[in-house]
Amino acid sequence: MPSSVRIINDFSITIATINGSGSQTANTVLLRALFKMGIPVSGKNLFPSNIQGLPTWYTIRVNKDGFTARRDEHEVVVSINPTSFARDLASVQPGGAFFYADDIKLPINRTDIYLYPMPVKKLSIEADVSPKLRDYIANMVYVGVLGQMLGINPEKIRQALDFHFEGKIKAIESNFATVKAGADWAATHLTKSDPYIVEQMDKTKGLIMSDGNTAAALGTIYGGVQFAAWYPITPASSLAETMNEYLPKLRKNAEGKNTYAVVQAEDELAAIGMTIGAGWAGLRAMTSTSGPGLSLMTEYTGLAYYAEVPVVIWDVQRIGPSTGLPTRTSQGDLTFSYFMGHGDTNHIILLPGSVNECFEFAWRAFDLAERLQTPIIVLSDLDFGMNQWMTKPFVYPDQAMDRGKVLWEADLEKANGNWARYKDIDGDAIPYRTLPGNKHPASAWFGRGTGHDEYARYSEDAATWEANMTRLSRKFDAARAFIPKPIIEKSEGTEIGIITYGSAVPAAEEARALIQQASGRKSSLLRLRALPSTKEVHEFMESHSRIYITEANRDGQLRQLLSVEMPDQANKLRSACHSDGLPLTARWVKEAILAQEAM
Amino acid sequence: MAPTITTGQTNRAGLTRADYKGFLSTLCQGCGHNSIASQLIAACYEMDIVPEEIMKFSGIGCSSKSPAYFLNRSFGFNSLHGRMPSLATGALFADKSLRAIGISGDGDTASIGMGQFKHLVRRNAPMVYVVENNGVYGLTKGQFSATAEIGLELKHQGTNFYMPVDICMEALASNATFVARSFAGDPKQVKELIKAALSHHGIAVLDIISPCVTFNNQENTFHSYMWGKDHESPLHEISFVPARDEITVEDFEAGTTREVTMHDGSLVILKKLDKDYDPTDRWQALHMMEEAQRNNWMVTGLIYLETGRPTLTDLYNLPGTPLNRLSEADLRPSRVSLEKINAEMS
Repeated sequence: MPSSVRIINDFSITIATINGSGSQTANTVLLRALFKMGIPVSGKNLFPSNIQGLPTWYTIRVNKDGFTARRDEHEVVVSINPTSFARDLASVQPGGAFFYADDIKLPINRTDIYLYPMPVKKLSIEADVSPKLRDYIANMVYVGVLGQMLGINPEKIRQALDFHFEGKIKAIESNFATVKAGADWAATHLTKSDPYIVEQMDKTKGLIMSDGNTAAALGTIYGGVQFAAWYPITPASSLAETMNEYLPKLRKNAEGKNTYAVVQAEDELAAIGMTIGAGWAGLRAMTSTSGPGLSLMTEYTGLAYYAEVPVVIWDVQRIGPSTGLPTRTSQGDLTFSYFMGHGDTNHIILLPGSVNECFEFAWRAFDLAERLQTPIIVLSDLDFGMNQWMTKPFVYPDQAMDRGKVLWEADLEKANGNWARYKDIDGDAIPYRTLPGNKHPASAWFGRGTGHDEYARYSEDAATWEANMTRLSRKFDAARAFIPKPIIEKSEGTEIGIITYGSAVPAAEEARALIQQASGRKSSLLRLRALPSTKEVHEFMESHSRIYITEANRDGQLRQLLSVEMPDQANKLRSACHSDGLPLTARWVKEAILAQEAM
Repeated sequence: MAPTITTGQTNRAGLTRADYKGFLSTLCQGCGHNSIASQLIAACYEMDIVPEEIMKFSGIGCSSKSPAYFLNRSFGFNSLHGRMPSLATGALFADKSLRAIGISGDGDTASIGMGQFKHLVRRNAPMVYVVENNGVYGLTKGQFSATAEIGLELKHQGTNFYMPVDICMEALASNATFVARSFAGDPKQVKELIKAALSHHGIAVLDIISPCVTFNNQENTFHSYMWGKDHESPLHEISFVPARDEITVEDFEAGTTREVTMHDGSLVILKKLDKDYDPTDRWQALHMMEEAQRNNWMVTGLIYLETGRPTLTDLYNLPGTPLNRLSEADLRPSRVSLEKINAEMS
């Protein structure tokens, strides 16, 4: 029986396909078409560590209120994969819609959902494309059927195809013809019975759609990257690959020469080594990796900390330990990266909380690295890095590049050659450095990971060692003044504070609304954007009696770190952490917090 | 102005030998590495290289300490064990006009650093890569390295069971464009090879057998002075003639020399000994190396040379101005370009 209600712009579409079959194009075209209709959307790709053949799912959430966190509920499900068919069928919410390829002859045992068979094979054979492209074009059939049945504006689908195929007319036309065939077939043969529809809104005006790795790559380029070394690893590879795509367009000088170099290294040990060599020699240098690669980079990163070499390290996190699940997300590298290296070591961590911030922190990271002469580690993750997000446009850097304290020939001339690499002249714990190529006879110094005095000379002297380490500690403290401050949304008169960061932010933001709906309780939110923590975090803790820290890892790593940094507040810190490889859902966060509130 | 008095104490760069010196060595008395450092100083002085135009790199070990003992006026970096190649690779992009010298050891190159060494070679990174090869770990007090010969007996270690790694062979296998072997006890050859290596446009691997007087200098072992003196079999007498010098070949008897022109126009003149050896023939080089191994010869000299292959930094279409002197105006794309990207993504 047809549904008597209409549910507009508030549901999730999950599409089950076969990995490597080209469905990613179809899915992102749907996502972008909805986005172009002004409807807030988010897309999440749940894919296997496999080139071709295993099941993959893509979920599009449409939400009129603009919430973008993952949901576990699937109202509209599309299945064109026999392998996952039974599971897909079972996953449809009661009252939901199930679209499936009609050549899958498997039993359908549900009577509480609406069924829509689609002649995917038939229509793709009829498509005017070479047999080679037939599998790819088959995906456009469900785009057409869904578009018709949900009410997606065909013109927006066409615009999305135009974006995807970068204006290549032939590809756009042949794909759109199949979309149209699917839509026409559905108009003639299917009757709309389920309640789910989309309608034009104006809520995405002024927003863009991008993935976090693209944002990071662009931010890096606008941050003036001069050298990058990387080694392929999921989910970080596309960061460097996107740099390779944009750099030739954006970073040639007037003579057509490159103002950068990107090297694919033989492994992560070499990627970080090259980055540190370039950073030492005065280039804005970065590398991008994920957990296993970060483990390999540990020893060299410790050297960069101790020898005070500016470098930027992007960790697009996946779930570990070990190889873990290479295509699943997590925020499990926080503690590891904060202390990465043997001996007394600590690093500045940047925690972008949106795709837009991936861009911003990418250029800021270079300024911080060169100002503070130390590695800057930026923690993104698979959810940000590889999924499409609607986000505010990228903002052009609002300040001049900060190249830090570098002495060139004229500076040394003025100082009569008197300078020392590790001497704290300005009382801010940050020394001056010179770069190779400086022709002044007093410019050279010998970098090393071994004990050194203020002149960078080898030293085993106990007092010299300790004085240097104390200065490094002061420098780390001083960094608090430079790093991004937290963003706080305060609710008056509430005792509940929520602290979150990174890709956990969307779930935490939505959870606040759900908690209020469910219990009437308001909460404040602090979005941490960097470590070490600053006084604003302490004030936030002081002004609330219970602090919930929401993050996607098993041990509540941020709660552990903040307990150590602010022991006077430790007894009010509670964890709402969870890590199974999937992005947090708002519902889970709400329930985790309310369960502890009830205790 | 008083006339400049030429005392013969300065080179054409106007520098004295003292301008090339380093700190006092802390290596053992008689260590082959110190002799190599002296030849590096002599070669740079004689070639009129300005020390500020050299970068020095090393890994970890006795060998890797030695860059502190020459060219104090050059920038340098003593990096991690076996991972000097990667750090040098990154640094080479900063200023293409600089020359680079890497000093490594047999442990640093052939054990922990084998991977990075071979990739540095494969990329034809423009630098001189010296292996001070003594077949033993000195700094950790006398363990076997990967170049130790099979059957070598060392105090506290027993007998080495494994076949040795031949660094020149590894370099050739990785398509090195300059491969040479020398013996620290033959300072003239060491110096001439260093000069040729500094003129090479690309990776120049110099495997120098450098006896460890403390842990591996028994008379009958491969990496000892005594064995080296007795078994050294030079391929040729080598002389290096800088590009600026008028070439006087009278010193070299016609018909017994072979000249190789380097990238910068300088010449390497190889005076034939008993063998007629062509170092530009890779096939012959591989054959000769195998022959030497079978006959237990320590062949020294210029083993292989290929000129004309682009170096790592030649391949990146870099500007004439060093990358590390570019400013914000060169490095930050325009505001308009970002607006365009935002528009495309909306």
